[in-house]
Amino acid sequence: MYDKAVRRRRAVLVVLVALSLTLLTAYFGESSTGSLHGVQRGAMEVLAPIQEGANRVVKPFRDLFGWFGSTLKAKDERDKLKKERDALRTEVTTLQVDGAENKQLRGLLDINTGGGMKAYEPVIARVFARSPSTWYSTVEINKGSSDGVKPDQPVVNGEGLVGKVKSVSDGNAIVMLLTDQEFGVSAKAARSGEPGSIDPAVGAPGDLLLELVPHGKDVKKGEKIVTAGTVSTRLKSLFPPGILIGTVNRVDEGEGELDRRIHVRPAADLRRLEYLEVLTKPNTDLLASTNRSP
Amino acid sequence: MSINGPAIARLAALGLIGCILQLTAVAQITVFGVPADLSPLMVCSVGLLMGSVPGALFGFGVGLFVDTALLQTLGISSLVLTGVGYGAGRLRELRDPAHGLVPVAVGAIGTAVYAIGFSVMQFLLGVDAPVSFLLVRQILLVIVLNTLLALPVHLIIRRWLAPFLPDDPRRRRRRAYTTGGLSPLSRA
Repeated sequence: MYDKAVRRRRAVLVVLVALSLTLLTAYFGESSTGSLHGVQRGAMEVLAPIQEGANRVVKPFRDLFGWFGSTLKAKDERDKLKKERDALRTEVTTLQVDGAENKQLRGLLDINTGGGMKAYEPVIARVFARSPSTWYSTVEINKGSSDGVKPDQPVVNGEGLVGKVKSVSDGNAIVMLLTDQEFGVSAKAARSGEPGSIDPAVGAPGDLLLELVPHGKDVKKGEKIVTAGTVSTRLKSLFPPGILIGTVNRVDEGEGELDRRIHVRPAADLRRLEYLEVLTKPNTDLLASTNRSP
Repeated sequence: MSINGPAIARLAALGLIGCILQLTAVAQITVFGVPADLSPLMVCSVGLLMGSVPGALFGFGVGLFVDTALLQTLGISSLVLTGVGYGAGRLRELRDPAHGLVPVAVGAIGTAVYAIGFSVMQFLLGVDAPVSFLLVRQILLVIVLNTLLALPVHLIIRRWLAPFLPDDPRRRRRRAYTTGGLSPLSRA
């Protein structure tokens, strides 16, 4: 009895395997117009409507699962897009910063080559800190005495005069800006040639005054003010001549000549300083003329 | 175990419904880009519940249906699923496993045998495809998905075939323990 069952079981297996192999061989060997292919196509035609009907029946369930899948996918996609957006924002910010830096560096290059600053051996420095106080307009730069930077050396950027070196340590320096209450520089009006001195307007941060002008009425609104390149007893700094300081933006007429107040707007945007240039040999042309004079 | 007419009808209906469900619904729901495959799970469950001969016959039938419906090379799925059904049935006949998680393990192994066997057959028949990481990943994911589905599928099939099944091994053992010579009460 047991042997019979075993024999039957094995026989069934052998028959099924043989049948499968026969089908496989026959199907594989015949062309696409063969009988087995035909049977398969016929079965397909019979099954197709059943499958189509079943497809419609199960569609809501499939859609339900699909909705879950789509929701998960959408969340995943949202997270990816958020990451991509953040990366792009960072990239845009970096590009904007780079663009601004590029503009400033290009400005420095222009004044070095076109403005003749190269002769004063400029040292390019990056601003890394600025004074938060409105009373002290200073910035800190990453170049110091080891780079040849010394106190009172003029500091410029691509737009014009920025200030002067206030104090120096080995690796960095503090720059006093034009608008600092202690700042002053001998200046002249570029067109009329009227001399004077530039001092910050007290109580008006960012505003400069052209003072001690002998013939103040000759100075008009819109006139450029540049460094005079002279040394007075009051102002020890030596600024090379012809560096743009700013533009006259307002002239307040007083009762007399001495009451006239000439307001100058700095050429350099002192709120956005990234790269500056310290003129380490500001008296080069004076030395040259001194050497030539005897 | 003898298979009578109604049992064959039930098995045929199970195969037909299961395969159509597989083709129309399950195959279109993907998890991690891969759909589950109910065919080997059904064959494994039938083999486990009814034995090697019904398992092999059911595997052959399901394979033939799948090959026909998907216009695949006739005989490949039949051959592999025949082996899967026979193997599951022999496990039942030889070991009579009673643990509740046996269908899970059998489903996972059956799926692995089916997926790998099918791939091997395709390569043997000269299908020009590389054994890529993608293929291995797909096979592994199908095995994982089917492992998760094995128990519910087995329970549904057991319920469907319940009138034609012999006693559940656990129930049979429980009865033997309480009524047979093993009972401590009968010893007293």
